[in-house]
Amino acid sequence: MKVPFAGAIDCDLHPLMPSATALLPYLDEYWRDQLVNRHIDRYSFVLTSYPPYSPLSARPDWRQASGLPAGDIDAIRRHALDPFGTRLAICNVLHGAVALFNEDMAAALCAAVNDWTAKELLDREPRLRASILLPAHNPALALREIERLAPDRRFVQVLLLAMGEMLLGRRTYWPIYAAAEKHGLAIGIHAGSTYHHAPTPSGWPAHRVEDYVAQSAAFESQLLSFLTEGVFQKFPALKLVLIESGVTWLPTLLWRTNKTWRGVRPEVPWIDRPPAELLREHVRLTLQPLDVPRGDPQRFARVLDHVGSDRMLLFSTDYPHWHFDGEDVLPDGLTDDTLRRFMIDNPLETYPRLRDGTVADHAVLRDNASASQEHVR
Amino acid sequence: MNVPFRHAGASQQLMIVDCDIHPAYRTPADLHPFLPARWREHMTTFGEHLRQGLSGQLAWPRMMAAGMRLDAFPEAGPPGSDLELMRRQHLDANGVEYGMLMQLSRGGMEERNLDFAAALSRAVNDWQLEKWVRPEPRLRAGIVVPQEDAAFAVSEIERRANDPAFVQILISPRASDPLGHRRYWPIYEAAQRCRRPIALHVQGYSGGHASTGSGWPTYYMQEHYATTTGMQNTVTSLVFEGVFERFPDLKVVLIEGGFTWVPSLCWRMDKHWQRMRKETPDLKRPPSEYVRDHCWFTTQPIEEPEVPAHLADVISWLGWDRVMFSTDYPHWDFDHPQQAFKFELSEEQRCKVFRDNAKALYGLT
Amino acid sequence: MSRQVVARASEVVPGTSKIVTVKGRDIGIFNIDGSYFALANRCPHAGGPLCSGRIVPLAMSDGPGHYRLARHQEFLRCPWHGWEFDIRTGQSWCDPHSTWARQFAVTIESGAELVKGPYVAETFAVSVEEDYLVIELTG
Repeated sequence: MKVPFAGAIDCDLHPLMPSATALLPYLDEYWRDQLVNRHIDRYSFVLTSYPPYSPLSARPDWRQASGLPAGDIDAIRRHALDPFGTRLAICNVLHGAVALFNEDMAAALCAAVNDWTAKELLDREPRLRASILLPAHNPALALREIERLAPDRRFVQVLLLAMGEMLLGRRTYWPIYAAAEKHGLAIGIHAGSTYHHAPTPSGWPAHRVEDYVAQSAAFESQLLSFLTEGVFQKFPALKLVLIESGVTWLPTLLWRTNKTWRGVRPEVPWIDRPPAELLREHVRLTLQPLDVPRGDPQRFARVLDHVGSDRMLLFSTDYPHWHFDGEDVLPDGLTDDTLRRFMIDNPLETYPRLRDGTVADHAVLRDNASASQEHVR
Repeated sequence: MNVPFRHAGASQQLMIVDCDIHPAYRTPADLHPFLPARWREHMTTFGEHLRQGLSGQLAWPRMMAAGMRLDAFPEAGPPGSDLELMRRQHLDANGVEYGMLMQLSRGGMEERNLDFAAALSRAVNDWQLEKWVRPEPRLRAGIVVPQEDAAFAVSEIERRANDPAFVQILISPRASDPLGHRRYWPIYEAAQRCRRPIALHVQGYSGGHASTGSGWPTYYMQEHYATTTGMQNTVTSLVFEGVFERFPDLKVVLIEGGFTWVPSLCWRMDKHWQRMRKETPDLKRPPSEYVRDHCWFTTQPIEEPEVPAHLADVISWLGWDRVMFSTDYPHWDFDHPQQAFKFELSEEQRCKVFRDNAKALYGLT
Repeated sequence: MSRQVVARASEVVPGTSKIVTVKGRDIGIFNIDGSYFALANRCPHAGGPLCSGRIVPLAMSDGPGHYRLARHQEFLRCPWHGWEFDIRTGQSWCDPHSTWARQFAVTIESGAELVKGPYVAETFAVSVEEDYLVIELTG
């Protein structure tokens, strides 16, 4: 179904990535020199996870004339913001620098991408917010990037990939979480892989669709990592957002972690509450792609019962990835109250920085939402 | 409130099929009589050659008593090594009419030396027959084969095909390639030809890859869970590589990998297959239909939702004819037949899950 | 309510347990620092023989990477799934409000006040000064 009222906060939007040439002004002279003379600037830094012409990567009506995914500022307004009455949208620029093994080059390019994002997107469109792309495989460099950008409160989240060098709950990464918690930044884990490991325990699937399906298992593994390593005990204010993860696999994980914990608790004695409780408190998931069967609205409502919380879902379009047609972004069968929770309340609660200067706006948002049912066509 | 114990009534005197029992060697030398001299010596001198850092133990130490029920230790040998105790404590006590043996170790599935793997495979299959199935008619064996050597695996399957003591074919779901890879297809062809299901029991031994797509877990609590995500990946591979399209009579049993994730995975596969169909033109049907027609799932370790009835929802989405009861005796996360389900099953559901689905799949009367 | 002699007090020294059968029910008797507790030998999780599990301390933590033991000899770990039960209260540590083992009251009685029961004949033969453990059953 379509969005029934205005004011949504879109928690996953993919602007068109800057070309390497467009990033040159944001690099220091050493890296400019490297990129140009080594012809690195002729590469597009597209992640294997998102081949540009693959159907998943963009809807047909969300592509440029060339066939490449759209996503410049005008397209974002026209395709992603206006049709859904979106009030705020969080940009996740999935630049392939994170897959480079050279940590310094990765860090330099991530910084350039983040600066480009601030100038070319955030400065130009007040509805946009962004995630800080991090070179996660060097936590010290990632930490430096967080500290550098934290003062710009339009950055609301740090961005990591679902399959990287190590499971993200590992203590090696804790400086990142300490900084994020300190600055009120959410931890965003986005679907995608650096492919520094095989995507599955028995190696490398043949097809792209298999790798994409396997993303949900990757998110499950990451949740187990955050949970068992005690990240939620060490950083009690942290919020983890699983972006483009799918949703309906969650009840199995909540049930199973509770069950296993009761038997293995002494191995991880810092877990002092049932895992499902911890996960409901700390973890959020974006809506798209919504993995429910078509034509059975009760099914999704039942899955939400199994999840046992209405706080965990965050509205998203995942523009321009192709997960729905037209403006049919929402599942059928949900009440306006539930939708308001997914579209407005949960995102505001999850991303403290979205509330900056919006305390009054939040009330306005809710008033507008209940008053103007006819706003969105 | 404690979930009330359900007292044994007439309907609970149902004789059950247990789809996952683990026999064990009293000592590794138990296999020696079944190995040729050359391989006896190899086993003593060089031992198994596995893809892990520790010899003879796993790098995520188990909880409890090395992962076993504390009350399942016989006087001599590890849990599962004493048939008398297994009979008394489990087969007799729990009304097991048929029990499916899952011998996961030293059968060659994880052995890097393929000649040794072949010898181990033959030995383990002979051992199952002589030590377990012949003395105990309630038990059934699985043809354990090293999936990395498809040619040998096919020969071993054919060697055992006429013996009804073997009801299925065991390979590791943690193989060196995803199981849909066509180098494993001769095994599926042999399975289809001799009308035995492929049995995929979760494995502790690596086939060469980390147990997650982002590297290795730290804790056993994670590694335990990784068995379920691995099974999801395995089902995905079998579907999208077209194994079920190519082998329309093939049946696959997923053991100890959980099952409540199945409906969600099917919805997810269907959704993305719809979008990406051009990539896999050999698939004529939605993924969920292949799973529906070709896959069975054992129940242990059963999920324990906060609201027990939620489990009933999931099974109804998956299909009451697709789940088969298992205990995993003698492991620590054993499911007791009378306690595993915390909600009331109908008589029909009980008969299907605890007996009829397995009897139909394995051709037992 | 009935009271049943089940063992000599001296048979269950601190830090140990003994399983006895009372009216067809298996009951485990535990001694924590000289106080006696009795739990049904049936784990409320899945019916396992709870009282034959190990008596264990509680593993606790002040944060990830920190480990310490507390409440030594006060917890019972079910021999099946490893759930931890507080011997004093029967409560499951992980799920205290909704899962607990059935408890029975245990008292020590001197020999002269014993009720007749299968154990009595033997102890009478030994000494009337011995202390005995008595289980109270309701119903």
